[in-house]
Amino acid sequence: MTDHTISAVPAADDERLRRVHPLKAALKRPEFGAIAGTILVFAFFSVAASGTGMFSLAGILNFLEVSAQLGILAIAASLLMIGGEFDLSLGSMIGFAGILIAIPAVQYGWPLWLAITFAFACAVLIGWINGYLVMRTGLPSFIVTLGFLFILRGLAIGLTRLTTGRTQVSGLQEIADHDWLAPFFSGEVFTGLFSWMAAQGWIATNFAGNPSVTGVPVSIVWWIVLAAAATWLLLYTRFGNWIFACGGDVNAARNVGVPVMKVKILLFIFTAVAATIFACLQVMDTGSADTTRGLLKELEAIIAVVIGGALLTGGYGSAVGAVFGALIFGTVQMGIFYTGVNTDWFKVFLGAMLLIAVLFNNYVRKKALEAK
Amino acid sequence: MTTNANLQQTPEQTTTAADRARGDTPKAADTRTPLIEMQAVDKHFGNVVALSNISLKVYAGEVMCLLGDNGAGKSTLIKTLSGVHAPTHGELLLEGNPANFTSPGQALDAGIATVFQDLAMIPLMSITRNFFMGREPTKGFGPFKYVDWEFADRVAREEMAKIGIDVRDPSQPVGTLSGGERQCVAIARAVYFGAKVLILDEPTSALGVKQASKVLRYIAQARNRGLGVIFITHNVHHAYPIGDAFTLLKRGTSLGSWRKEDITREEVLNMMAGGEEMASLDAELAEFQRTDSASVA
Ligand SMILES: Nc1ncnc2c1ncn2[C@@H]1O[C@H](COP(=O)(O)OP(=O)(O)OP(=O)(O)O)[C@@H](O)[C@H]1O
Ligand SMILES: [Mg+2]
Repeated sequence: MTDHTISAVPAADDERLRRVHPLKAALKRPEFGAIAGTILVFAFFSVAASGTGMFSLAGILNFLEVSAQLGILAIAASLLMIGGEFDLSLGSMIGFAGILIAIPAVQYGWPLWLAITFAFACAVLIGWINGYLVMRTGLPSFIVTLGFLFILRGLAIGLTRLTTGRTQVSGLQEIADHDWLAPFFSGEVFTGLFSWMAAQGWIATNFAGNPSVTGVPVSIVWWIVLAAAATWLLLYTRFGNWIFACGGDVNAARNVGVPVMKVKILLFIFTAVAATIFACLQVMDTGSADTTRGLLKELEAIIAVVIGGALLTGGYGSAVGAVFGALIFGTVQMGIFYTGVNTDWFKVFLGAMLLIAVLFNNYVRKKALEAK
Repeated sequence: MTTNANLQQTPEQTTTAADRARGDTPKAADTRTPLIEMQAVDKHFGNVVALSNISLKVYAGEVMCLLGDNGAGKSTLIKTLSGVHAPTHGELLLEGNPANFTSPGQALDAGIATVFQDLAMIPLMSITRNFFMGREPTKGFGPFKYVDWEFADRVAREEMAKIGIDVRDPSQPVGTLSGGERQCVAIARAVYFGAKVLILDEPTSALGVKQASKVLRYIAQARNRGLGVIFITHNVHHAYPIGDAFTLLKRGTSLGSWRKEDITREEVLNMMAGGEEMASLDAELAEFQRTDSASVA
């Protein structure tokens, strides 16, 4: 370049830039609100629920497990919401997936691994249909997936009653015992570590000398692994950039060559698959499937995602935010239980949290779009 | 049309611009294959006929200026070239081969980069993420492939510096940039990725004098590198110096193509403004002046 008036000045030396305080920079992250909220909630319950065992090892694992189950859904819902869509059929998908595992396994004697694989295959198909309909018709995903909310719930009830005459299928515990795929969705991990820690006297033991907490529930592992994968996807892969682009402005994204249809369909598929993971965990945990499972989970997932800083309009948010959104949710739910407050109040708190989170996010987004 | 061109006609000239139209002058006698060609293209949106029977040739190493009123169909035309719209009828040829793009991604892969009139930018995403949107540079293999954001940041900053915008921070959301800065991101992006054809839809509408002249210089550089350029503008001072050929659209049809040697700046200006309107505007302004002075008196 011959033009010497123009040079690439490193940002830090630019006179038009003020140094940004690290805390202020953190405030611009979508997950800031959720992390701040988590600290607040923990502070509150460490006082309000002190001496109740909420923060004992068992207590911690307890609320982490509740958070993890919702977190698995919230992570998928957050990717979808960043991509500019909702999936209201998430909760119904949980019930339906449970049935898809239980009926073949219990009624028709399929090996469990096959039933689970079958449920996942159906989830992929249903996610694909959701996504394809939304993209093809141009209808809001709110309407399309609302349709599937009823269709899937109805199918779950109808098929179960048709084949078993009831709305619940039990007897999966025995089938799961010898299956190679079942351990991925049931039981605990790090049991060896926990016995060793008990032997060292670091954690509490019961009368038999075994650790009173035997391991980390597998759902927590799923939660962490999915959170890490989703964060990596969003921040460091091409696909992640496409998710933001699709949610930000579908037309602009398409015009610069982003395969919009593929991205959105894959996000719907991932949501349905996450619902199926949740269903597997629940079915293995209880040994049964029930057509009413997953009721309202779609809304709980959306709440967790919004508390986590994602914009309902798409194009902004983070998977980490959804993780903390779910953590707040689980902690409050269990915290209210531990403090002995009537759990009726949980919903009031939840609604209030949602409103505060949305107001806060609006404020943060305005700040983010202000000249830095 | 003929009357418009005639307005500027000197007695020595025997042919009108319209007579010389369609760019079929023997001079450019085209044994060359056009880099990009439209053959009798129609584009309908439901019952709206946005383009009708458009034929157009753009050669490598040339700048084609698309002129025409608001709503004439210029943006629609370039959107069919860049894969946004599939033509209702007619054929697109790239280097002589049929090019039926079904998505803008395919056009980009074929080396056609476009600055859209609406810029195709995502306000909440950073400059870098917008710059490389859809064409992110990656590192690593297989499932561990990741986007090389460091490289992307560097390129975005360098390319923006070349166009005359000194980026403070490549992670700044595009929504916080000024209108002209945003336009520069879109132009720098197209120039960086355009391998064969560069399409610019009113790229200078929000630019300062310095940046606009940079963009014109860019267009010249692209031409010298052998790219074909399609340039839409309402500014004759931008169009005439840089254009090698001019095509005029009106209400979805082409009124003709001219090579630069066959047309004067005034004729181009007239075509862009619609000579009649300009003439009547002049008359009207003169009328105002007359009544003004009358009322003063
Ligand atoms: N998607 C669409 N659906 C219906 N009509 C359309 C569509 N896109 C463009 N048109 C119509 O086609 C015509 C040409 O529009 P176009 O945007 O190509 O004009 P233009 O020449 O680029 O104008 P300007 O100089 O204002 O940018 C307009 O009358 C417009 O209303
Ligand atoms: Mg236009």
